[in-house]
Amino acid sequence: MLGAEFFHRWMIACGSAVDREADRLTELDSAIGDADHGINMRRGFAAVTDALEKEPPATPGGVLMLAGRQLISTVGGASGPLYGTLLRRAGKALGDAGEVTREQLAEALNAGVAAVAQLGGAAAGDKTMLDALLPAAEALGESFTAAREAAEAGALATVPLLARKGRASYLGERSVGHEDPGAASSSLLIAALAEVAG
Amino acid sequence: MRMLINVPETVVADALRGMAAAHPELTVDIENRVVVRRDAPVAGKVGLVSGGGSGHEPLHGGFVGRGMLSAACPGEVFTSPVPDQLVRAAAAVDSGEGVLFVVKNYTGDVLNFEMAAELAEEEGVRIAKVLVNDDVAVTDSLYTAGRRGTGATLFVEKIAGAAADEGAPLERIEAIGRQVNESSRSFGVALSACTTPAKGSPTFDLPPGELELGIGIHGEPGRERRRMMTSHEIADFAVDAVLDDLRPRGPVLVLVNGMGATPLLELYGFGAEVHRVLAERRVPVARTLVGNYVTSLDMAGASVTFCQVNEELLRLWDAPVNTPALRWGC
Repeated sequence: MLGAEFFHRWMIACGSAVDREADRLTELDSAIGDADHGINMRRGFAAVTDALEKEPPATPGGVLMLAGRQLISTVGGASGPLYGTLLRRAGKALGDAGEVTREQLAEALNAGVAAVAQLGGAAAGDKTMLDALLPAAEALGESFTAAREAAEAGALATVPLLARKGRASYLGERSVGHEDPGAASSSLLIAALAEVAG
Repeated sequence: MRMLINVPETVVADALRGMAAAHPELTVDIENRVVVRRDAPVAGKVGLVSGGGSGHEPLHGGFVGRGMLSAACPGEVFTSPVPDQLVRAAAAVDSGEGVLFVVKNYTGDVLNFEMAAELAEEEGVRIAKVLVNDDVAVTDSLYTAGRRGTGATLFVEKIAGAAADEGAPLERIEAIGRQVNESSRSFGVALSACTTPAKGSPTFDLPPGELELGIGIHGEPGRERRRMMTSHEIADFAVDAVLDDLRPRGPVLVLVNGMGATPLLELYGFGAEVHRVLAERRVPVARTLVGNYVTSLDMAGASVTFCQVNEELLRLWDAPVNTPALRWGC
């Protein structure tokens, strides 16, 4: 069973991963976006870490809701509302349970991913964060490792795709050949989850 | 790359401190990143709030004041503001007549303004929105997020702002804003990439002797790269790109906009070429504005925006405006 403390550690691990990989995310974003994804995500998760330390929520759902709210309030751009909605909706799906199973988390993550798809109006294959998140949420029903592998494969699979959503879509054909920065950061969050789960 | 900054993290806050020092007629909330005209909320007047990523100065903070915006929310560099900023701005300028959000069509801006509109409405502020999407370099289709919002933002903010100053109701101002957007189209070219403080190196690599056609305002590459052309040739290309889409049947407002690093000497020269092409195409020019208004940090290059106007829109364009970056008639 996974308690609030596990989710707390997951969010902190997300912060470390984003911090460590910020330059790579920015580099990916400069190829097809506007070169700020790394710095924006780093700022957001720094705020998440701060908020969790100040008022640590007592439930898994509470941790994700608080983290999501912090991302919406600090990241800006498209990533703020999208990642914020992902975590908030997943947190909401977990309700006020004190502990949850991996299967319940997988279900909640699926709900969060569906909310992201609706908000951004994107689908699988549009070269967005969904290309990492959709397979990851699916595979999480099986195991944490499977989720990580699915996210990584999903992110890499965005390289040859043509962007249809977000700023990269303005490049048309020129978006082909680059990994989507949102898929890359999503993959980091799922890798952090697998890492915390050990 | 040498930049006149301290550290990338404080670039926006530092700029706001300078703005506050230079413009006592504005209230600059540095911590919450909201720039508001000092006399807001103005009784009986609809508030106009815009915002977007920083790096496009004077857009939007430079357009706060009489006859234009009531408040502006600068985000991080090239990153839309967050909902909290926008809600705060809406509350600060609402006199009970409602607030119009002017939003450029970028996924981030659209999402954050949508979230903010919901929150502000929960707090009892009536919100209407105008989406600006004027860039003809990006074709509108089911498969893209639609056209980008660029130079027409200035036309929308000026003309809707004048209508608000006259005391028009929210629905009317929203309709005017939409009309201005639908009557406007833009096209931009880059002669160099720009450098974001966070990255510290150019956002794309443009070899000497080449230029990017159809760029946006975020340092993203354009749709196409070609060998460098003369101002004459670029004007032919850019004006035709706009006219192919706009097909004006009357006089137009002309904005010849610098991207940040192109001197006025070049912009005026380019403006002359734009006028030449318009004359050749028999499009009458009502007014022309030349300068750096919707910029992209230190990108070199220019964009042209035309807005087909009728008598009412032209009257509102000519109405007095008094902001840090746009001022006439008062």
